[in-house]
Amino acid sequence: MAVINDLRLLKNSAWLGWQMEANWTDPFLFATYSIVKPIAGTLILVFMYLVITGGETANDFFSYMYVGNALYMFVAEVLFGVTWVIHDDREHYMTLKHVYMAPMNFYVYILGRSAIKIAITSFGVLVTLAFGVLALGVGINLGAVDWLLLAPSLVVGLLCICILGLAMGGVSFLTAKHSIGINEGLAGVFYVMSGVVFPITILPSWAQTISKFLPVTYWMEVVRRAVVPEAMDGLAASSGYDVTGMGDMSDLTLMVLLLVSAGVFFVMSIGVFRVADNIARKKGKVDWTTAY
Amino acid sequence: MQHAVETQSLTRVFRPKKKKEGKVVTALDSVDLRIDRGELFGILGPNGAGKTTILKILSTLLLPTSGKAYVAGFDVAKDLLEVRKRINMVSGGEISGYGLLTVRENLWMFSQFYGLKSKEAHRRIDVLLDRFGLRDKDKEKVRTLSTGQRQKMNVIRGFVTNPEIIFLDEPTLGLDVNAARTVREFVVDWIREDPNRTILLTTHYMMEADELCDRIAIIDDGKILACDTPHNLKKLVGMNSTLTLSVGGLNDINDFGSIPGIGNFSSTKDAEGNATSLRFILEDESAVSDIVSTVLGKGSKILSLQKTEPTLEDVFIKLVGRGLE
Repeated sequence: MAVINDLRLLKNSAWLGWQMEANWTDPFLFATYSIVKPIAGTLILVFMYLVITGGETANDFFSYMYVGNALYMFVAEVLFGVTWVIHDDREHYMTLKHVYMAPMNFYVYILGRSAIKIAITSFGVLVTLAFGVLALGVGINLGAVDWLLLAPSLVVGLLCICILGLAMGGVSFLTAKHSIGINEGLAGVFYVMSGVVFPITILPSWAQTISKFLPVTYWMEVVRRAVVPEAMDGLAASSGYDVTGMGDMSDLTLMVLLLVSAGVFFVMSIGVFRVADNIARKKGKVDWTTAY
Repeated sequence: MQHAVETQSLTRVFRPKKKKEGKVVTALDSVDLRIDRGELFGILGPNGAGKTTILKILSTLLLPTSGKAYVAGFDVAKDLLEVRKRINMVSGGEISGYGLLTVRENLWMFSQFYGLKSKEAHRRIDVLLDRFGLRDKDKEKVRTLSTGQRQKMNVIRGFVTNPEIIFLDEPTLGLDVNAARTVREFVVDWIREDPNRTILLTTHYMMEADELCDRIAIIDDGKILACDTPHNLKKLVGMNSTLTLSVGGLNDINDFGSIPGIGNFSSTKDAEGNATSLRFILEDESAVSDIVSTVLGKGSKILSLQKTEPTLEDVFIKLVGRGLE
């Protein structure tokens, strides 16, 4: 019964999330925005790359960087989206206290609201990747994609990001002013430390140690291996050393490391949320509004 | 029998982040309350007295500093889910709501948070929209509603889940006269429909507390100063009720002084001598029927009749030493 109730809640929260995300304008404008936004965001990095390398995009490293950047949209958008649910409900709609005191699984509510963010971001990622293949020569070969590796790694990675977002949501119970900044800071750590646009091997050794505790590091590597296996092989062959720092690990080892690190972050995130929730109730911050 | 709400030495202290930023505020100071099922219980007090703090604790939004609070027998600090299944809350002046949704979608969404079947939710929403005169707004986006309409929508949001116990925090605050009356009438009808329903209402409107509540707790500076029925609270003042009649064709006033239950009595003729004004200080309320019988027995006509009682504000002034506003 509880599972059925949670599934209903998930569906209804996702519907609410869809209304919040898409109901602010007409469908045509929303579709246009959904296509233009991710491409425009990606082009900033592409132009920087072109300036530095002198215009060469049809190579393995460009594919590595482009796919990593596209995947990072999930980290930034979903992490921000989950936090934003709590901020938005509290500050803009002033519904948080009623949502909070409803007899429901708050985690499921957050997951439902975020599900639509994942869906919209997935569309953005697909658009970005398609643009990369068609316009920039990114080396994605659909016949070579390892779907069996891609599907579970996507599920684990996205769940992990959602749970990280929950921890940030807990923090936003306590600080409306700084929650977005903390969120962006965390996303920035992942951007730099998880091999999003450059391999972690170029980081100082202490930073590489931190990188190896972050689930996003393994997630990026696994998904790249699944989506652009030829480019990853080519990159390893052309550089002549273990450029990603994970070249000697099998796909299975990477999946295990992803699961373990995601599990650790899962426990930590639930812990952070519960502690923040308790402090918020102690200090009376659940239903405050700050106009931020 | 288990109380709908019970608090034991409930205390809530708010401390500033830094000592320089303000003083320690004791919002609730050892509050003991017992509210029975079926009661419409009021908490009357000025702004800042601690009314909303009690409701926040009972609705699991805030933890007490010390003491205990139980709703339907469940500890509000520990049994969150069990408490939340049984309650809902409406706050006056509240304009919350998902502005991008329609009124119906908003109400439906919140009903889903409480696990209501969709069909039943829509049935209840229909009934309540009709009752509150919002039926013609059900397909309009919440952001287009006036403040009063949003408040009414929020009242519906609280009742649509049919809670065992509902907390109404100044529910008529900011509403116009008609809307406030609609809310008050609905509240009375709602609790009379089912003896297991309980309402805990906070207000600083004395008339509202007097009109609606079975019992009232008067609170000031976080302390409960008195708790009883409105009638008994007024007795605390020690003031008697006054009955004033305007009577036509009355020539003999000798018998009125000997009616039992009258503390004092005076009469004055109007300028034309057509009507006599009689003023009785009542020691016993049952004297009213004897007075009326005596007037009619003399063949006189009652032109007007007014009974004045001590108000809850008189009670508050006696207890606190200042007015409520």
